[in-house]
Amino acid sequence: MSKIVFERPHSLTDAQFSYCPGCTHGIVHRLVAETMDELGIEGTTVGVAPVGCSVLAYEFFGCDMVQAAHGRAPAVATALKRALPENVVFAYQGDGDLASIGMAETVHAATRGEKITIIFINNAIYGMTGGQLAPTSLPDQVTQTSPYGRDVNEAGFPIRVVEMLSTLDGVALAQRVTVDTPKNVRAAKRAIKKAFEYQVEGVGYTIIEVVSTCPTNWGLSPVDALQWLRDNMLPYYPPGVYKDVKADGFANVAEAAAARALELAGGGEV
Amino acid sequence: MKGNEALAEAAIRAGCRFFFGYPITPQTELAAYMAKRMPKEGGVYLQAESEIAAINMVYGASAAGKRAMTSSSSPGISLKGEGISYMAGADLPGVIINVQRGGPGLGGIQPSQSDYFQATRATGHGDFHLIVLAPSTVQEMTDYVFRAFDLADEYRTPVMILADGMLGQMMEPVVLPEPKTEFPAKPWAVTGHKGQRTHNIVNSLHLKPERLEETNVERYQRYDRIKATEQLAEEYRVEDAEIVVVAFGASSRIVRSAVNKAREKGIKAGLIRPITLWPFPADAISAATDRAKAILTVEMNMGQMVDDVRLVVCGRVPVEFFGRAGGIIPTPAETLAVIERIAASLEGGAR
Repeated sequence: MSKIVFERPHSLTDAQFSYCPGCTHGIVHRLVAETMDELGIEGTTVGVAPVGCSVLAYEFFGCDMVQAAHGRAPAVATALKRALPENVVFAYQGDGDLASIGMAETVHAATRGEKITIIFINNAIYGMTGGQLAPTSLPDQVTQTSPYGRDVNEAGFPIRVVEMLSTLDGVALAQRVTVDTPKNVRAAKRAIKKAFEYQVEGVGYTIIEVVSTCPTNWGLSPVDALQWLRDNMLPYYPPGVYKDVKADGFANVAEAAAARALELAGGGEV
Repeated sequence: MKGNEALAEAAIRAGCRFFFGYPITPQTELAAYMAKRMPKEGGVYLQAESEIAAINMVYGASAAGKRAMTSSSSPGISLKGEGISYMAGADLPGVIINVQRGGPGLGGIQPSQSDYFQATRATGHGDFHLIVLAPSTVQEMTDYVFRAFDLADEYRTPVMILADGMLGQMMEPVVLPEPKTEFPAKPWAVTGHKGQRTHNIVNSLHLKPERLEETNVERYQRYDRIKATEQLAEEYRVEDAEIVVVAFGASSRIVRSAVNKAREKGIKAGLIRPITLWPFPADAISAATDRAKAILTVEMNMGQMVDDVRLVVCGRVPVEFFGRAGGIIPTPAETLAVIERIAASLEGGAR
């Protein structure tokens, strides 16, 4: 008798991934799908696919899916959740989509405390269009549109997204993870699952940033890309929990915001 | 009621429970009315961070199978162009209100009809059309938006109400429709498959050119049905008209007075008022052209709808244009003067 010890999550379709060898999108897709399976929410979840490498996510996830215009996934997800408050709604976005063209939608969905979950893939480059400078490209990083390296005097500085969003009262969970080792993959899974659980509980807006690789556009082998991630990405984008209102002892973002307002006004101890 | 408020109330009675707005003059009363009424109807009023976000929220709510609307004025509609194109590409219904003001750029805040091209030709990128309805009274603001939601669902297309600052701000008595209680099923909507069907996908991306062409061809077959069945125009004193004036929306009100004054002076003038700007009421205008000696198009812009009129008339009779731009409303007297000049030139030609 053989025993099945590993299989495709039910929440992934049998469509073949369109990702390059060594790309970490596939790992993160699997983690999201496993989460839907374990929470039993595939049938009540609506996902939003972005523009970019993961645009075809609507073919890969087994739940109902909507494809959104570049950067607009948080606005689309906002309306989906308002229209379907009993459902689970997540958006899957890359760095160009989320932190450049869609930054306004990102910040405002977060500050409104929309009860949605954002899975944010940060690989410091525009992958789909062939490797251009991203809002999260590192200082001195060579890309197609920063051929001499990102000059911060010209192109400015990269954005640390979860740190920035963690200042907003609507955010329930802002955490950065990576998927370079089995240990970190398991930690990433726990973070993603926690984000979905917070949404189901109605705690507030949740975002998990996954520091990821792009071997193709970084011009590295998959293994070297993971090493480059460890040497360059993680020091600039340290994994960690940047905001977690439940860990801080609050039931939801409203309670946490009220306590913070009180604290800032000097009106009492928190 | 004020035009903007009457329109908002009619939308609620049409079953709209999702309104996404962003402040801009001269449509502000519409959003304010929605903010007041929606919570009482168990609906959602959400002030978006931008017009771009607002239209994408309409996209999301519509994808979930809900009746959703957004409103703005000209510069804001330009920003919505992207989302409207995506809605057309994903075959999503939805209603967009444009309470027009003068342009281009920031332009002004006075009434205008200078977004005719944008509404009927190129609201966004790609091959698509909107159904465009042009009210000329507060009652029509009410009636057309009520109809717009049904048209949007029936043909799975965004529908635009092309109003202007004058209609939005004016007050007239209005009869409101009875609230709608039955709505069409939307088996394509994303509501969670509950394990009972394969996943629904709302999407406008088709990487295979043959497949993308197929979706365009299918959509244009739908447009052909719309053109065949949904053209609407009001005809006023056109039966024996030698000079047929074509005008829509607010400018048609001025033309109506001018036509009456022209008739008092013995000039056989009439008015055709396109109600659907797309589909353009070509049949009504073509029939009137058979009897007319000249056509005059009057618009609150530099001459936009006149292009469609010329396509229909196709050189059979002269087509003249009179318009005021920048938010200036033409007066009945100056419109009458244009009609009189055309009448005189026709007589001159007959002698």
